[in-house]
Amino acid sequence: MSPASPSRDRILARVRAAVDGAPEAPGPARTYRDTHTPEDGRVDLLAENLADYRALVHRSDEAGLPALVARLLAEHGSGSVAVPPGLPEPWLAGTDVTRVPDAPGTTAAELDAVDSVVTGCAVAIAETGTIVLDAGPDQGRRRITLVPDHHICVVRAPEQVVGGVPQAMPRLDPTRPLTWISGPSATSDIELDRVEGVHGPRTLEVILVEG
Amino acid sequence: MSGTFVGMPSFPTAARGALADETLRGNLRYATHTIRDKRAKAVAELDDWALLREAGKQIKDHTLRNLDRYLLQLEEAVTAAGGVVHWAADADEANRIVADLVKATGESEVVKVKSMATQEIGLNEALAAEGISAYETDLAELIVQLGDDRPSHILVPAIHRNRGEIRTIFASEMGKWGRAAPDGLSDAPGELAEAARLHLREKFLRAKVGISGANFMVAETGTLAVFESEGNGRMCLTLPETLISVVGIEKVVPTWRDLEVFLQTLPRSSTAERMNPYTTMWTGTTDGDGPSAFHLVLLDNGRTATLADETGRQALRCIRCSACLNVCPVYERAGGHAYGSVYPGPIGAILSPQLRGTGSEIDASLPYASSLCGACYEVCPVAIDIPEVLVHLRDRVAHQGGRGHFLERAAIKAAGWVFEHPGVLAAGERAATATRKLHPSRVPGAGAWTNSRDLPPMPPESFRDWWRRNRSQGAAPAGGRKDDGS
Ligand code: SF4
Repeated sequence: MSPASPSRDRILARVRAAVDGAPEAPGPARTYRDTHTPEDGRVDLLAENLADYRALVHRSDEAGLPALVARLLAEHGSGSVAVPPGLPEPWLAGTDVTRVPDAPGTTAAELDAVDSVVTGCAVAIAETGTIVLDAGPDQGRRRITLVPDHHICVVRAPEQVVGGVPQAMPRLDPTRPLTWISGPSATSDIELDRVEGVHGPRTLEVILVEG
Repeated sequence: MSGTFVGMPSFPTAARGALADETLRGNLRYATHTIRDKRAKAVAELDDWALLREAGKQIKDHTLRNLDRYLLQLEEAVTAAGGVVHWAADADEANRIVADLVKATGESEVVKVKSMATQEIGLNEALAAEGISAYETDLAELIVQLGDDRPSHILVPAIHRNRGEIRTIFASEMGKWGRAAPDGLSDAPGELAEAARLHLREKFLRAKVGISGANFMVAETGTLAVFESEGNGRMCLTLPETLISVVGIEKVVPTWRDLEVFLQTLPRSSTAERMNPYTTMWTGTTDGDGPSAFHLVLLDNGRTATLADETGRQALRCIRCSACLNVCPVYERAGGHAYGSVYPGPIGAILSPQLRGTGSEIDASLPYASSLCGACYEVCPVAIDIPEVLVHLRDRVAHQGGRGHFLERAAIKAAGWVFEHPGVLAAGERAATATRKLHPSRVPGAGAWTNSRDLPPMPPESFRDWWRRNRSQGAAPAGGRKDDGS
């Protein structure tokens, strides 16, 4: 419908007339840094910055992961967990809480009754304390990490951890739906008091799996 | 333009009302000073801040110079990814397009994530006139909407409300629109947030149509990005079947990589965080994940007119971080409502008169609502030289009416307001020197762009000189309360 719109032509013509004769403006000189963090300090900085924004950070090795996930679900009192289609089998091997598979037909109302969700991530950024989800097989559809109130996210360290934001960009595919998460949801709208947890998961737990 | 601000009095008249409101004054001062100090710390963490700022400016300038090309590229990419692109020359057309799209779904309710563009065009009012209820879901916007009020700050729109007032609004109004606030609601921020969570969750879970703006649009990929804190954005962008995004044409950037600059500068300038809690990026539609229909409404509404002004067009670089509000001595004393537009503070003073023209009292007076101290320029992450544009717009106002014209009188009154509040001038001087040290006057490795400068030039004419000259031409200064000198 848009090509027929007279406004499209009008706006484009106005844009062209507005900058007609203006000097060319070069693109950006990318002289800024791609990271501010030495390589061996990244995982620690990620842990520090995640904690600074009130995410709960845990460290584990591959062998200890199933028991840790099971413990976190139990401590949260979770009876059910949303499971992305490609979540590695061992991650939930230590728990028998009810699994709710991420399916195309699952409604938001159904997910509202699910206590927790366990996912991997696409990349984690140390300097900003950010994990990025790209709806990959171990992360699932966006809604499963949005509606349940408790999100456990597994980050493989150091492979998935970059220092600065510019290092994350080439690792991400912008044609996939992306969710950048830096701590649990928060608001400072009431007299600037930070309150954790408005609409997104109120508890974010990040497990850094090393080795 | 939106009808919301029609008939707005000129700046000093509106500011007098705000000044009389002690709650507003106290909240505003506390908020602006708190964010200002936090921002300085967040910025100081990045030793290449000046380079990021310059890159942000260059990306925007390059985009604006080639805007036709990037808009077409964006349209192609969004369309290829399953979206539908609409073009709206003005507010009425944008509102018409959105109302028709909502009606086509058969729905009479939509959920909205905070968007300045939709406030600018008065979308909620336009939808209401068509029998469509638009629910704001950002906590602050919810407070404003339930209180039947107007936003006063870009970032913290309910900054003029304290917790006691918010409790009262929630307790009396929530039940009229959906799930009522729980009995015995206290004024603890945690409890108020919980009441909002429950009230809005009901709406999110049944919403079929979401409406948003966007902070950025990437031409090469068709990707849109929304930066937020609370998760209401994720809800609106993910759960509904239909998503409609209304975005100003200046929000496009050429490449995916360009976002790496703004992902660093926007959160630190805005909420003074290393990163905001949530950013959602989407490209058209994705099978089985998120909305199955996506509409992008590209909005002009005065932007191409702004683009045509050689000096004024830099205002289109704005990424709406609100850092300039928080350092502005005039904003701190006058409050956001005095600016008579959805864009308050220094950015509003240069953007509104350009988007709307300078034909009304409020728009003719806005360029004069400043002491030209330059603090806004120094904190701006895309280096908009706000004082330069203010001086330029004063010139425009001065030429359009002639002596004794009502617009000139409005302008002189606004200038009088500033002059009559010596605290504004003094604080402005302090703010400028306090922030200056954050911005090295010489940037390391700056050889490649020696043309750029980092410190603002002296205003062409000092404010006091300008005032003396104009006052001697016989204009009467505005009355109004004296500043408390702070
Ligand atoms: S003018 Fe600059 S500082 Fe002000 S809101 Fe826009 S980007 Fe931020």
